[in-house]
Amino acid sequence: MIIKGKTHKFKDDINTDEIIPAKYLSHTEPEVLGEFCMDGIIPGFSKGISKGDIIVAGKNFGCGSSREHAPISIKGCGISCVIAEDFARIFYRNSINIGLPIFECAEASKAIEEGDEVEVDASTGLIRNLTRSRSYQAKPMPAFMQELIEAGGLMKWVVKKK
Amino acid sequence: MGYTITEKILMAHSGKKSVSPGDLIECKVDLCLGNDITAPIAISEFEKTGLEKVFDNRKIALVPDHFVPAKDIKSAEQLKVLREFARKHRIEHYFEVGCMGIEHALLPEQGLTMPGDLIIGADSHTCTYGALGAFSTGVGSTDLAAVFVRGKLWFKVPESIRFVFKGKLNKWVGGKDLILYTIGDIGVDGALYKTMEFTGEAIERLPMDDRFAMCNMAIEAGGKNGIIAADDITLKYVRQTTKKSKRKWKVYKSDKDASYCEVKEYDVSGIEPMVSLPPLPSNAKPVSRVRGIRIDQSVIGSCTNGRISDLRIAAKVLKGKRVHKDVRCIIFPATQEIYLQAMKEGLIETFVKAGCAVSTPTCGPCLGGHMGILSAGERCIATTNRNFVGRMGHLKSEVYLSNPAVAAASAVKGRIAHPEEAA
Repeated sequence: MIIKGKTHKFKDDINTDEIIPAKYLSHTEPEVLGEFCMDGIIPGFSKGISKGDIIVAGKNFGCGSSREHAPISIKGCGISCVIAEDFARIFYRNSINIGLPIFECAEASKAIEEGDEVEVDASTGLIRNLTRSRSYQAKPMPAFMQELIEAGGLMKWVVKKK
Repeated sequence: MGYTITEKILMAHSGKKSVSPGDLIECKVDLCLGNDITAPIAISEFEKTGLEKVFDNRKIALVPDHFVPAKDIKSAEQLKVLREFARKHRIEHYFEVGCMGIEHALLPEQGLTMPGDLIIGADSHTCTYGALGAFSTGVGSTDLAAVFVRGKLWFKVPESIRFVFKGKLNKWVGGKDLILYTIGDIGVDGALYKTMEFTGEAIERLPMDDRFAMCNMAIEAGGKNGIIAADDITLKYVRQTTKKSKRKWKVYKSDKDASYCEVKEYDVSGIEPMVSLPPLPSNAKPVSRVRGIRIDQSVIGSCTNGRISDLRIAAKVLKGKRVHKDVRCIIFPATQEIYLQAMKEGLIETFVKAGCAVSTPTCGPCLGGHMGILSAGERCIATTNRNFVGRMGHLKSEVYLSNPAVAAASAVKGRIAHPEEAA
């Protein structure tokens, strides 16, 4: 799968309260949560998103609470994937479980600027910065997690195993 | 080569003869937990599978605690999803309003979390039960749904960091201060994906409630779990709680030649009560350096510091005093049992006479849900666990984290204060 979009940059330690504040947690619908994505740091963020856009962040992205509403809101507002130096562990699990592609790549996290056009080959983890004609290699995903993704997410995998 | 407690528990639950950090393994789960925020998504995922039965209705705990008593129509609907699922599947450990408490205080108190257990919860502070010598970690809603189906979940075996706390604690210093100090030292990602194993003479002397507060905040350093080997203090506690649940336990200790990716040593005799300044728990400063910052609210409670010893400490400071006229002080006993005990000991009377509002158990204000939301420009000192931007309300409000003594003293003084100043 090839993902292509315009990037939106975020700093280190973006927490789940910033991604989706608690006042929206009574909602579970991806469209509603998507509308309020990043409301805790950039109110109105979702209005500037075109389908396929990419979030590029620093380290420890998605720290804080276990709320799956966070990756759901990112996916729900039309973001196609997140590239970061690294991810907080519950956010990492949640993203894989719900099928939000995420890529760990310190070099890309530093070099990509706000608004760059970026293309990602999800199967190889090759990240190409079309604006700056540079490319970066994300950490390969462990085989087991690739198996989860290929099965269509954790629930499909679990039911198959039962 | 020996193993850490965490590795031993993971090994025992995976059926493997050996494990190493980085291994991806599947483990049996002794207890899984969901609340009114996270369980509705898990329930919806479970129902999509079309399965009729959960793996074991005695190993699931559902605790409505975040937006209870229902704060609005939408949250009432979420609570109903939880309640109906609990009835349909005869979930043994469902706790209705009136019996519920904040999940991470309630489940240990009810004897549902035991040394040697492997516990997962769709709540990041599930790491609290590590205080009992259990492997316990927070996951997401879909993970919880997967456990509803099979009673198993995948884990990456974490590396462990060993923290050694030496020396004797100063007056007014407890587990909360030790963990704020530690996070201040290693940062909010200092233990990312890793185990935080707390050891040393200061830990061996630390009461159970303080141990819970420490393991509770392992996640604030990015930790996968916090853990303290079960000892006499632990076993005295679980001998009481298991009377309710009849659960059995198993004590694991780390081998002398277990391998750690890092060892950190702290002399606790130099640590004073700590305050973490917004917007991260890692901005931890000794209270003497931040004294004088004016506050509008003080919140005492939560899954970190809403236990009986926390209330006793707050009452000791507030006894015979008045909350400052410019401050709202809100106190949340974490469970009904704690509430009742506080009533018997006269603590509730102390609080009410001092001008505090005392609430039924709820996570409410900690995550900016309800029962104490801040407006723009307001400042709160809280015994909770997160001080992120907008955590307790408006994006331009601020949260300062502390222990219960500092929060109570600050409520009296109207500004951040050392407990001795109010005494």
